[in-house]
Amino acid sequence: MTRAIITVVGKDTVGIIAKVCTYLADNKINILDISQTIVQEFFNMMMIVDMTGTDKPFNVISEELSELGVEIGVQVKCQLEDIFNKMHRI
Amino acid sequence: MINISEVFETNKMIEQENLDVRTITMGISLLDCADKDLSVTCEKIYKRITTLAANLVSTGDDISKEIGVPIVNKRISITPISLVGGACCKSVADYVEIAKTLDKAAKVVGVNFIGGYSAIVCKGMTKSDELLIRSIPEALACTDRICSSVNVGSTKTGINMDAVRLMGEIIKESAEYTKDQDSLGCAKLVVLCNAPDDNPFMAGAFHGVSEADAIINVGVSGPGVVKYALEQMDAMSLETTGKEADFEVLCETIKKTAFKITRVGQLVAQEASSRLGVPFGIIDLSLAPTPAIGDSVADILKCVGVEHPGAPGTTAALALLNDQVKKGGVMASSYVGGLSGAFIPVSEDQGMINAVEAGALTIEKLEAMTCVCSVGLDMIAIPGDTPATTIAGIIADESAIGMVNQKTTAVRIIPVIGKNIGDTVEFGGLLGYAPIMPVNVFSSERLVNRKGRIPAPIHSFKN
Repeated sequence: MTRAIITVVGKDTVGIIAKVCTYLADNKINILDISQTIVQEFFNMMMIVDMTGTDKPFNVISEELSELGVEIGVQVKCQLEDIFNKMHRI
Repeated sequence: MINISEVFETNKMIEQENLDVRTITMGISLLDCADKDLSVTCEKIYKRITTLAANLVSTGDDISKEIGVPIVNKRISITPISLVGGACCKSVADYVEIAKTLDKAAKVVGVNFIGGYSAIVCKGMTKSDELLIRSIPEALACTDRICSSVNVGSTKTGINMDAVRLMGEIIKESAEYTKDQDSLGCAKLVVLCNAPDDNPFMAGAFHGVSEADAIINVGVSGPGVVKYALEQMDAMSLETTGKEADFEVLCETIKKTAFKITRVGQLVAQEASSRLGVPFGIIDLSLAPTPAIGDSVADILKCVGVEHPGAPGTTAALALLNDQVKKGGVMASSYVGGLSGAFIPVSEDQGMINAVEAGALTIEKLEAMTCVCSVGLDMIAIPGDTPATTIAGIIADESAIGMVNQKTTAVRIIPVIGKNIGDTVEFGGLLGYAPIMPVNVFSSERLVNRKGRIPAPIHSFKN
């Protein structure tokens, strides 16, 4: 299973989660977990996703998500989960 | 499962605190490229490098995109060329030919530096070693991406003072050869004592003879992350206790941060190694500053509590930092090597430049700091009219510190032709800019002109 972390940061607006989730569904990416906070109108979201089912290479997904972020007006990043596990777990 | 605050902590390190992996360096053995014919040797070298490292840059870029951490440099280190060129190089021009081949190979594979235009002469110089050393000024002037290093001493062998004297002259000559570019050649030339075989950082990287055919070494960085962690630590401590944190908390904070930084390097090294099919060698857990604001080792020393690096207490603060970085880092990777510790270059660290300009930091204090940091006198611009014997004297002092303390020391100083105290010099990019620093004007000529070598210290006899 290829697990990735998607983070979304930016000014809160209508439909952020909907748009990101639609993209993920279209690309057969399964969401395992979502956490979200809003601090002073700023939207912070993290998703843990399973990318095993998608046909597109990781870099393409990452770039398309980033472009989607530009459209919505937020920053969207997609990173392999490994970096967070390595850094925060012994 | 990973939680949101851990994810945002990591991304904050990357986006705001300059966390990066400084270099993936592929070590390549060129020992079997040696041939008695120069053109055959060059052809074999070119083919070996361009084959093995063909995908180095693209692999590094892919990993960087996937984990979201910048991998700033992709580089190559090679067998010291004096060992490879011994059979075919009969003149300085022959060695320069190899340098041009290396430069061409580096450009084709897209690495920004290739290190190993080197000679290991800590006890004596072969004819080949001496020819290579004499070719360094021209080789550095007519190439863009070559880095050169010469190891002139070690704890086991003592210091080869004939090589030290020669290197004083070679540094001056390199400065002359590149005087139109503010003597940039000297920024790519380092003189070492106790040089490690597996260092991924330039200018001192080479692929030692104790290494396998090819290897992946990774150099991590992250002074900005340590600085931010210390600022947070003190802010929190002031809020809860009304006092700044004590040394125990300070050390814990640095260790935890170093652990996290090193784990990123470990991940990158493992990925690069498996994708390129080249064994993983070591992680070099160094704090390597850049001229970017906040990415400074000097700023960490200020967080520890000195007004500017150079103030009394600086050496203690640096010793503490260096030790905690190692203690945190070794937990994160089983194979730690290279230089590992804090680098204290002047031109590459805005905080160090500020300290020099404020009059807080001198070469003599930097020398004291090199007793406890990971390397040595690094990227220091000095007046262009400094005599070669004085430069050799500085190299001898640094080598003595390395030899006696069983650590790596190095000298990378730039006598900038045509410039003097009060001037500044601009090297550009990661090399930064530097004010010209004053050098002690009293002579070391008689010491430097004695022939032979300084014997190994008594504590080197451990058999």
